[in-house]
Amino acid sequence: MAISTKGQTGLTGNTAIAYAMKQINPDVCPAYPITPSTAIIEDFSSYVADGAVDTELITVESEHSAMSACIGAAAAGARVMTATSAQGLALMWEMLYIASGMRFPIVIANVNRALSAPINIHCDHSDSMGARDSGWVQLYSETVQEAYDNFIQAVRIAENEKVLLPVMVCFDGFITSHAIENISLLDDAEVREFIGEYKPRHHLLDTDNPVTYGAMTLQDTYIEFKRQQSQAMSRAKDVVTEVGREFAGKFGRDYGLMETYRLDDAEAAIVILNSAAGTTKVAADELRKQGKKVGVLRPRLFRPFPFKEMADALKNVKAVAVLDRADSMNGFGGPLFNEVRSALYELDTRPRVISRIYGLGGRDYKVKDAASVFDELLKISSTGKVETLQKYITL
Amino acid sequence: MENKKELPLGGVIPRGGTAHEYSTGGWRKLRPVVDKDKCTNCLICWVMCPDSAVITQDGKMVGFDMEHCKGCGICAVECPDKVKAIKMEEEAG
Ligand code: SF4
Ligand code: SF4
Repeated sequence: MAISTKGQTGLTGNTAIAYAMKQINPDVCPAYPITPSTAIIEDFSSYVADGAVDTELITVESEHSAMSACIGAAAAGARVMTATSAQGLALMWEMLYIASGMRFPIVIANVNRALSAPINIHCDHSDSMGARDSGWVQLYSETVQEAYDNFIQAVRIAENEKVLLPVMVCFDGFITSHAIENISLLDDAEVREFIGEYKPRHHLLDTDNPVTYGAMTLQDTYIEFKRQQSQAMSRAKDVVTEVGREFAGKFGRDYGLMETYRLDDAEAAIVILNSAAGTTKVAADELRKQGKKVGVLRPRLFRPFPFKEMADALKNVKAVAVLDRADSMNGFGGPLFNEVRSALYELDTRPRVISRIYGLGGRDYKVKDAASVFDELLKISSTGKVETLQKYITL
Repeated sequence: MENKKELPLGGVIPRGGTAHEYSTGGWRKLRPVVDKDKCTNCLICWVMCPDSAVITQDGKMVGFDMEHCKGCGICAVECPDKVKAIKMEEEAG
């Protein structure tokens, strides 16, 4: 399929990511297909077969092998990327920690899908949320456009000297991966200039300067390596901002660490990731028409967690509902809820914060669902009382 | 460790040949002892030793590098059946 970079182009999320990969032209792409991310590799393998890229596509026998091959190729000095979803990401688990611990700037598109059991192929965030402590930078994307833009920026973030960590770009399975949206693409030359050339500090193919990867570290150094990694993760926040600014300056699309929507004078706010933020904004618009002061906060960067900026954005709101498309199975709300609530603890006057879990396994989340959460929040903001701290909605 | 703040990122060891500086002989329980009267200098032990701890000189097997020999006994097993020139003995203490 010929895709034009002039004007607007109608693409699905998966096609857009495959196209970004074509433009990035990575050295190595180890891949194993899984719904709903399959089309990324399907499209990309056509680019490889057509000679449109120089990439070595390695078709492996599992996602554990896919991530292992990513790590091996990265150790050899290659720019590496792949895509996966759900069980695929779960099968990569062990290797995710090795990729981040070895400080390899691997980029992965994770098309969010529910984890089994029961088996389900539709969207929720249990896959990437489960990987939230694996040392990968995580960017979440509301739209196809943002997924494409995030994926290109991810290369720069990962390879930044101050970061050198793998980056996961997340977007919603089927909702964003399979729906066609009109988006603007960059020219190949623009992408290549923006990402630049990857020059690894060390690599295994440099036989003049032999190095060892994966050596054992014991009580005398392990903790120092983890501290280095943790500091790099903290620094990634500013790098995400810088790369975002440069991207906005060049291409006009501006993404910060989070999107705030009608939040300035809001009494009630919903915090929500990815595509469902769009639905929530529609609900906010409708309630605003009725004079209700509601707003939306959509985090773009989840790892590292921008806790200061989060607290600052929500400090004047009276009631906040954090909507999670994943359950921590801890009896205490979803993962985003716990971190947002913790971020607000530093404030002198804190908003009331409730947890609502929605849309698991692809269950529809509608404007009326968002509106009823807003109504509940407005009640909390006027009475100051929380009746139900946590519950499932969209049941 | 000199300066822990400057440890190479990701635990990479940024130069070659560093294994030589790491003593693997410290936790040996059994030590290989060669009977040079039996030894035919076939060098199978030299090939098989995982720690390159068999010392050779002028193409002959002359003994073991006890800084690096970890006492695994592979050399003793691999020494040909007709020869069996290596015995593993308890380390003293
Ligand atoms: S005991 Fe093991 S380490 Fe020692 S010399 Fe024999 S093979 Fe090498
Ligand atoms: S394997 Fe046995 S015979 Fe051969 S060199 Fe070693 S000790 Fe000698």
